[in-house]
Amino acid sequence: MSVAAVSTTPVVPRRRSAILDFCTQQPLGAASFVIIFVMMFAGIFAEYVAPYNPLDIDFGGILSPPSWEHPGGTDAFGRDIFSRIIYGSRTALVIGFTSSFIGSTLGAILGIASAYFGGKIDDWIQRFVDILLAFPIIVLALVVVAALRKFIVAGIDVNLIYAIAIPIVPRVARVVRAAALSIRVMPYVDAARAAGYSNSRIIFRHMAPNVVAPYLIMFTAFIAQAILLEASLSFLGLGVTEPTPAWGLMLSGNAADFYREAPWMILFPGAAISLAVFAFNLFGDSLRDYLDPRFKT
Amino acid sequence: MLRYTLNRVLLMIPTLIGVAVLVFFMLRVIPGDVVEVKLRGDGGNVSQETIEMERKRLGLDKPLVYQFKDWMVGLATLDLGKSMWTDRPVTEEIAIRLELSLQVAVMASIIAVLLAIPLGTTAALMRGTWVDYAVRIITIGGLSIPSFWFGMLIMITLLYLFNWLPPITFTPIYVDPLANLAQLVWPALAVGYRYCAVVARMIRSSLLEVLNEDYIRTARAKGVYEKLVISRHALRNALLPAITVIGIEFAFLIGGLVVTEQVFNLNGIGMLFVQSVSRNDFTLIQALVMLVAGAYVVINLIVDLLYAVFDPRIRYT
Repeated sequence: MSVAAVSTTPVVPRRRSAILDFCTQQPLGAASFVIIFVMMFAGIFAEYVAPYNPLDIDFGGILSPPSWEHPGGTDAFGRDIFSRIIYGSRTALVIGFTSSFIGSTLGAILGIASAYFGGKIDDWIQRFVDILLAFPIIVLALVVVAALRKFIVAGIDVNLIYAIAIPIVPRVARVVRAAALSIRVMPYVDAARAAGYSNSRIIFRHMAPNVVAPYLIMFTAFIAQAILLEASLSFLGLGVTEPTPAWGLMLSGNAADFYREAPWMILFPGAAISLAVFAFNLFGDSLRDYLDPRFKT
Repeated sequence: MLRYTLNRVLLMIPTLIGVAVLVFFMLRVIPGDVVEVKLRGDGGNVSQETIEMERKRLGLDKPLVYQFKDWMVGLATLDLGKSMWTDRPVTEEIAIRLELSLQVAVMASIIAVLLAIPLGTTAALMRGTWVDYAVRIITIGGLSIPSFWFGMLIMITLLYLFNWLPPITFTPIYVDPLANLAQLVWPALAVGYRYCAVVARMIRSSLLEVLNEDYIRTARAKGVYEKLVISRHALRNALLPAITVIGIEFAFLIGGLVVTEQVFNLNGIGMLFVQSVSRNDFTLIQALVMLVAGAYVVINLIVDLLYAVFDPRIRYT
């Protein structure tokens, strides 16, 4: 903001809402939020939005190209691709949100505890984080998949959520620890200790609120990663299983046999994954620029 | 410097042991092993005795502590055992596939770095303009488009434009470079996009940081050509953090390859990993994880040492 702009503001500036502020400063972020909102709406109200039942098999109309009746065409079982994509957004969002939430929260607690206790505990936690960081995300997720097998509750594989959440933990822990280290030395933390508050109270009530910004940024960014990871695992046949509609699953198996005959089977689900991940990435990016003053112009 | 290097090499050992321990126990938390998949996977009715015999042959009936001891002793003597599925030595299974994956990884890195430097630099220099926004959208696209879908798009495009698909049999580059490249350029491109995006973003942000430094102002004040300010003073320093990202992404490329090799039907390390996971082939999973983790630690060390070479301000003691 230029000097002239500062001098023209009234002495007591009207407090603008944070949301409005975000939209004007980060137009790309606001646009990405619209995409996220539409996806969430479609996912939640899939029953009303989708023109067909995603599981309805119609052998009379297999591999039909996009048309008014089937905007996304149909697959090798005659299932409507557009409806499967809409239901797929539910799968992607549920798994994306929950696994990123579990991973980021565990990571944040680990990171704050590491910074707060310091010394030996810090050393041990960091050693552990280092070990987990030596795994590429998808490799760690695959090892967890191999270790835990399937455990399905209400159509969602809970172990798949853990498999996606675990690789997130060390990455968040490291960032949050760095942020928490600077808060650890604040006078109010010493004051809380002097007042005799318990460690968990200081961690959750005094330190955690101050690392909300990095936490939120990581949480959004890792939703994108989690959706991508779910799609990859499902594509490999090690994630969501048939008949649940999931984007990665729609690209796997025999979809590749139809490059020539039915490219829409490949195009639309992949575009859905890319758009969803893109929206969350862009939103996370804008959120970082907005919340982190170091990047502000 | 020598002491620092030695120290770092010694510090790698506990991390790698940690990885080995973690992988070993994670795979064995819940019962179920390769024997079940192998003998009962196709729904065949196999007697319990046969299963027990096979377990015994593979050493899976021994107490966990003994299995763990075998694994650790094997690691220390670099004897990683035999694949529980094919009975061939793990090192052999990996060796016949490593060349292909390594070549794709190297090609992807070259593509990525060559594209990332101009992209990141222009974005930083034209910060806030539409060019910057365009680069931002291109790079976030790289982080968002799944490499396997990008690979499929490449295949569809090749099919429609040239009515041609890349060969599926691997020819080493020293036998027939053309056939080799015709097969491997496409997967390299597919994983290279993401790689390029990560590096370009790093170059942009570190260049922006460097441009605020005093020595840039000094250089400009004394009348150095802007081109030289950028290439000699700014970019050289901005590339340092990019080296870290390039190194880590290279080590982690195996992650990208896990999925992409599937699309292009390449018999590489990634494909082997997916197969071992779905077959519960513990020895092979363990060995592959050690390979990737080992590559990550070694590359990290090399990157840190390169820092000292490129930046005389950094001295390790």
